[in-house]
Amino acid sequence: MSEVVAVAPARRRLAGWSLAVLPVLALLLLVLVSLGTGRYPVPLADVFSLLLSKALGLTSAVDPTAQTVVLQVRLPRVLGALVVGAGLAAAGATYQGLFRNPLVSPDILGVSAGASLGAVLGIVLTLPSAAIQGLAFAGGLGAVAIVYGVGIAVRRRGASDPVLTLVLAGVAVGALLGAGIALLKVLADPYNQLPAITFWLLGSLASVNRGDLGAILPAMLIGLVPLVLLRWRVNLMSLGDEEARALGVETRLIRPVLVAAATLVTAAAVSVTGVIGWVGLIVPHVARLLVGPDFRRLLPASLLLGAGYLTAVDLLARTVATIEVPLGILTALVGAPFFLWLLATAKRGWA
Amino acid sequence: MLELRDLAFGYGAKTVGSGISLTLQPGETLCLLGPNGGGKTTLFKTMLGLLPPLGGRVLLDGADLATLPRRDIAKRIAYVPQAHAAFFPFRVREVVVMGRASRLSAFASPGPADHAAAERALTLLGIGHLSDRVYTEISGGERQLALIARALAGEPRLLVMDEPTASLDFGNQARVLGQVRRLSEHGIAVVLSTHDPGHAFLCADRVALLHGGRLAGLGAPAETVTPETLRLLYGVEVAVVPLPQSGRAVCAPVLP
Repeated sequence: MSEVVAVAPARRRLAGWSLAVLPVLALLLLVLVSLGTGRYPVPLADVFSLLLSKALGLTSAVDPTAQTVVLQVRLPRVLGALVVGAGLAAAGATYQGLFRNPLVSPDILGVSAGASLGAVLGIVLTLPSAAIQGLAFAGGLGAVAIVYGVGIAVRRRGASDPVLTLVLAGVAVGALLGAGIALLKVLADPYNQLPAITFWLLGSLASVNRGDLGAILPAMLIGLVPLVLLRWRVNLMSLGDEEARALGVETRLIRPVLVAAATLVTAAAVSVTGVIGWVGLIVPHVARLLVGPDFRRLLPASLLLGAGYLTAVDLLARTVATIEVPLGILTALVGAPFFLWLLATAKRGWA
Repeated sequence: MLELRDLAFGYGAKTVGSGISLTLQPGETLCLLGPNGGGKTTLFKTMLGLLPPLGGRVLLDGADLATLPRRDIAKRIAYVPQAHAAFFPFRVREVVVMGRASRLSAFASPGPADHAAAERALTLLGIGHLSDRVYTEISGGERQLALIARALAGEPRLLVMDEPTASLDFGNQARVLGQVRRLSEHGIAVVLSTHDPGHAFLCADRVALLHGGRLAGLGAPAETVTPETLRLLYGVEVAVVPLPQSGRAVCAPVLP
């Protein structure tokens, strides 16, 4: 018996290591394929040697056109997919734990609706793209701040369950924001602005450049820090407010911190890409099936899977047809059937 | 170690009960009896500091509960809620180690010492074999034992158990009550509520009767659990039949 106990941790650790390394390698391979694929194909070996020489500060012997395509055109887009996918999935995993509900997505408190209203307003006012992104970011944060404020105000008047109050406030505020978006669509110029609005609401990585990445990375990293630091407490939060408090967790402090962190990540992500649905809902699910509900493993698994999922979907978006397919369509088109398949076959219940 | 002084409790502005005064000794087992909707759970939540008192005070080792941080309270008082279905499929081991939260700083994760404490608690309750099972897939009785183990993993001095025997079969009820008795041998005080007055004889040092939001009685089981008090509490005729050579009694309703 004691031998079994002694051997098991070592074997488990070895299995843990290979489980951690293999997905990272797979993701790197996906990135290389993604950088090489497109209307101007570049062989994988060239992509690899190009990235390697670039990283080492050497000049590369690869064809200059290929260099431009890979480094200037595709690299920012692929990096964008990695960062945005990882961020949305991590935020989704956090929200699902906080709201004790596996059907929750990062949009539950209105971050996407708020960001959409901000971006649509920017488009209708024909602002430059940086200002539209700024408005989207501010709109996302503002919407969640309003929902949180309403939640606290309602609770003071006697409602007891803080989580349920927040969700209901999110639904109500989301409906108001949706009405605002609809109104702006009616008022928008149908030839230039309306298509732009439609495309924004479906999400795309096509226009992501290095400047965008530089702008959102700090916000995303700042948002990820509390998620990493409080990773074990997220498990306790998923027991519900009362039980977590009884176990010694200051939920009144930790919940707003986690909500703010997940919202910051989501708002930063959608501000440059537009609304991308399904990633924050489905990726944490798959991650939970793979590594279990412990947030200490769920967070890195969600980050990796989210990055991989959006990179793969974006690869499809720009290769599957002669025109670019909006991401929002593909994430649902790929994600929804997969989700249903999971529901039908998964052995472990999550509700 | 825990003292309620002229406590009034309730939700929001609604007062459920008032005038509750009692002192709990270390290692003592107190059984709370009262009808459905009588405020037992609300009183427990106030004793745990989860609800603010509407009047009076709750003192823990002489300090007012309202002034203590959650961690300090949770280190000393552990709560065993009614066995529930968890939302995510955690393993029993992961659920039990959550009882260590009050012993860890906000950014910390449980280490070897915490896992050892969780294992000890599982062993103490005789459910070490469940450690790797998924919490959502074990039976209600096993979940209740796992929740007690979670509470014990935090090494508290007082356990507050909300109807630990509800929804358990006959054998599991006896098993849980047996564990309650053993806790007081370890010097851990227990406050529990139950719907079966007979359980008071099995495990309690004292019984508190909650009727109409007030304490209708407080004392040793043989003195407090009588046909008269049970008629007052539940509104039905009850026979309290002493068991030979045990000092205990069983309670059974008398139907007309």
